[in-house]
Amino acid sequence: MQSLTPLLLVITGLAVAGYFIAKSRAMKVAGGDIRTLVSLPRQHALNTVLSTSVPALAAILLISLYLRLTGGQGSWFFGFVVIGLAVTGFATSLIGIKQDRRARTLAERWILGLLIFASTIAIMTTVGIVFSMLFETYNFFGQYDWRNFFFSTTWSPNFRGNSDLGILPLLWGTLYISFIALAFAVPIGLFAAIYLSEYAGPRMRSVAKPAIEVLAGIPTIVYGLFALFIVGPALRDYFAEPMGLGQSASSVMTAGLVMGIMLIPFVSSLSDDIINAVPQSMRDGSLGLGATKSETIRQVVIPAALPGVIGAVLLAASRAIGETMIVVLGAGAAARLSLNPFEAMTTVTVKIVSQLTGDTDFASPETLVAFALGLTLFVITLGLNVFALFIVRRYREQYE
Amino acid sequence: MTTSLLTTDARTKKRNAAEKRFKAYGLGAICIAMVSLVFLLGSVLSSGLGAFQQTYIALDVQLPEARLDKSGTRDLEVMSKVTTIGYAPILRDALVAQVAALGLTTDLSDKDVGKMISKEAAATVRNRVLANPELVGTTVRFDLLASGRIDGYFKGRVTAESAALDQNTSPEALVLAQELKDAGVIETKFNWNFFVLPDASDQRPEAAGLGVAILGSLYMMAVVLCLALPIGVASSIYLEEFAPRNRWTDLIEVNISNLAAVPSIVFGILGLAIFINFMELNQSSPLVGGLVLTLMTLPTIIISTRAALKSVPPSIRDAALGVGASKMQSVFHHVLPLAAPGILTGTIIGLAQALGETAPLLLIGMVAFVREYPAAYTSESGLFGEAATALPVQVYNWTQRSDPAFFERAFAAVITLLVFLLIMNAVAIYLRRKFERRW
Amino acid sequence: MQDNKITARNVQVYYGDNQAIKDVNVDIADKTVTAFIGPSGCGKSTFLRCLNRMNDTIDICRVEGDIRIDGEDIYDPKVDPVQLRAKVGMVFQKPNPFPKSIYDNVAYGPKIHGLARNKAELDEIVEKSLRKAALWNEAKDRLAAPGTGLSGGQQQRLCIARAIATSPEVLLMDEPCSALDPIATAQVEELIDELRQSFSVVIVTHSMQQAARVSQKTAFFHLGNLVEYDETDKIFTNPEDPRTESYISGRIG
Repeated sequence: MQSLTPLLLVITGLAVAGYFIAKSRAMKVAGGDIRTLVSLPRQHALNTVLSTSVPALAAILLISLYLRLTGGQGSWFFGFVVIGLAVTGFATSLIGIKQDRRARTLAERWILGLLIFASTIAIMTTVGIVFSMLFETYNFFGQYDWRNFFFSTTWSPNFRGNSDLGILPLLWGTLYISFIALAFAVPIGLFAAIYLSEYAGPRMRSVAKPAIEVLAGIPTIVYGLFALFIVGPALRDYFAEPMGLGQSASSVMTAGLVMGIMLIPFVSSLSDDIINAVPQSMRDGSLGLGATKSETIRQVVIPAALPGVIGAVLLAASRAIGETMIVVLGAGAAARLSLNPFEAMTTVTVKIVSQLTGDTDFASPETLVAFALGLTLFVITLGLNVFALFIVRRYREQYE
Repeated sequence: MTTSLLTTDARTKKRNAAEKRFKAYGLGAICIAMVSLVFLLGSVLSSGLGAFQQTYIALDVQLPEARLDKSGTRDLEVMSKVTTIGYAPILRDALVAQVAALGLTTDLSDKDVGKMISKEAAATVRNRVLANPELVGTTVRFDLLASGRIDGYFKGRVTAESAALDQNTSPEALVLAQELKDAGVIETKFNWNFFVLPDASDQRPEAAGLGVAILGSLYMMAVVLCLALPIGVASSIYLEEFAPRNRWTDLIEVNISNLAAVPSIVFGILGLAIFINFMELNQSSPLVGGLVLTLMTLPTIIISTRAALKSVPPSIRDAALGVGASKMQSVFHHVLPLAAPGILTGTIIGLAQALGETAPLLLIGMVAFVREYPAAYTSESGLFGEAATALPVQVYNWTQRSDPAFFERAFAAVITLLVFLLIMNAVAIYLRRKFERRW
Repeated sequence: MQDNKITARNVQVYYGDNQAIKDVNVDIADKTVTAFIGPSGCGKSTFLRCLNRMNDTIDICRVEGDIRIDGEDIYDPKVDPVQLRAKVGMVFQKPNPFPKSIYDNVAYGPKIHGLARNKAELDEIVEKSLRKAALWNEAKDRLAAPGTGLSGGQQQRLCIARAIATSPEVLLMDEPCSALDPIATAQVEELIDELRQSFSVVIVTHSMQQAARVSQKTAFFHLGNLVEYDETDKIFTNPEDPRTESYISGRIG
């Protein structure tokens, strides 16, 4: 890391010097009259700066990556390569300054290259996610039978070895909580969206819409705290204990309800977009036949918007499955296959957190299992997202 | 067949009733959402506001040379050998003397009276003395932190009943505390230290503050802003203005919209595997946190930047091209400045999202207990390389402690976090209103 | 001269502060086709939408004056617009079939208004309506296919079938052919002429030729005023008002 600092300083120095030298050189070539130049001195200067720094920086990036992958050590040789590239760019761009040189085009080519590089970072992120998880998951399955991982119904990690690492109880908890959250959020979000877009007056809209959006802006840690200290104890004292269903404040119900609140704005704003995309002529057609507003909504607007709404629900489901802080604080840590919603259960995300925080040993299956869990989570949510975005996109095109 | 319009038939009545019901469901849904919001914010405020007040004991403390500087040389090296354990009895004696001076009687032993003072107080006094050795031998007035239980008593969290079951305090101590308060020795003041002090150990919740967490969050926001904004804007410009419509750009687009929906914890796994295990950057450092949050916010920024670029009408581009500007010039000289308010708004919202994010930071070690203020740059650990925590992670940390005084502080930290978010969003809304442009 | 189906007196319509219709008086006869013509923005569509209170769905729209159908004030607070619209059907500018099957499109109105006691009756209503809309022969084998899959002209005839399935007494048509090609237009015009047997038809059109072809009476609107209202032949051959004359001879509009 530290060995890079002198290199970066040299490159920066060359680039800055290049800027001024190029500018004055261009003025000299022009004989003081910049109208004789095809490109402005400023553009020659920009070209010099970019020619000096971009290839050198790219080389640093590639060499660091190479060294990491091969485990090699940095050496003078690599330093020379980088400095050499910088000097070459510096010199050629300065020597090339002539009256008819199209410095603007050259500089813009460098800039375009940088823009393209920036746009590939999103792709590299995905690749990074997939590879980092695939690699460790592969290691994990080298130590632990994949059949046990996918089909075992017990989860009991044991840091002395002999762990049971079955994903099923975690998946069950995840799906159960997500189901409760959606059962709460989808009707409320959908009805709220319908009311706001079809019934509410401008005053009501101007209050209720931002209020619901505030729910979306609250960080999940706040919901987690709310679940842990407010909702959980309340559910336990007023429902679970009187009904004899359990004594735990952390429960599927706690996490599910709070997550449901979190998802309301998500469902309602997506549904709002989708309902608004249904053309007004469709509503007029129905109202013109003497249908009431609610008949129009239920029998014309919602069926027309259905694909979009389903897409929104799937996106909400993916959000629920991947949610972490609410379940870490609200759902509990016990892996359990049970139907009682007032019992504490746990989820995939909770276990990723608990296996990867604290002292971790990247050689043991108890730690590596987190990567397999992460990959499973990624695949499930990715599948849901791709499918949902596909549906929503197709739906939007239908009315464009 | 013709019926009068002036009479409503039975069927229409039924249909209108159904209409009313449906409308009521909608209104009910909105009410549930609003009530949830009010209840959520209300309970956060009512549980957390207490922590912004803190109970202090004002004491005249004699600093005897015999115990703090036996050598009498005022040599710091010698004096620092006296640990906080050496200071605690001095404070206890000062309080006992104060109680006696006020003529208050209590059944408490001197040791139990001493327990009313926070364990942190000794460290505070010691630091003051070491910073100014001339204080030794004099009597100095200190505002000492009261212990968490006494503090809790004045906030209603600790009662005589709960104190009876508590090893750390007793009903008698509470009575004495009340008498001291009436005498003006104990005072409750606004808790500025909460925003400044670092985290404190499990035994002294009254001293725990957000200083390190706020600093860590600030560093991470700096990293996110410096990386996500240029990268996000650059890639949006490419995709919106230059990219040909082909499979590759389609792939990038689908990829970006999917990345926006990837669970945040997956980014934590990425950070752990790539930045910490592979690139060997420092665990718990704001640099790694900032990098992870950058990757997470990038899709948000790209999506809003592209929308801002798209809203600039093509006629502007045509006008620039028409006077002989290159495509690049038309974008950088005309389109980008016009889109800037929209880009800024999107960036602030992305930053707000990043500021509240917790899960990925847990995985890259930001849960660690950090009491040292991290430096922005040191030669050993580089830029933003020192261990830190972050605001939302600090909240999580405090929920994992056993003393309920920490829970109050967790809620107070949440209030602080929400205030930051409120300010950021208000700025974003202001910018949007101010620069809103209709074409 | 037939009976008057609709009588409108001193009708004013405001959009917020803008007055869109100024003091319109008109009598619309039963079992005739009445055309509203005029340059765009003259208020003819706005006035049409007053006749079945479709303007109620626009928040800022306010209607004053007296509109009666069969002598009953349709803006009386006791009148339920839902019942009114069942009696006064409407066909819109752009074909707007619901994203449902052809059958369900036509059956929608009868279902919500409870016009059929059983499936057989509903089938009958659907068939009758589709026959009246001259769509039966094309649609009878694909009743379960989505209505959106039909051609533009077929879609508009489906919308007409949908409107007449609720057995209205008045049928309002808002530029029903403006989105159609000439052949489809001819079919719909032919249909309008047949519909005159059973309904009172009011059609808004921007095409003077169309008004001349299908209507018996024509009203010319200009800038929110009803300028002239008379027999179609008279309007097109011997208009009284110079503005009407200018419009039909192509000098304004």
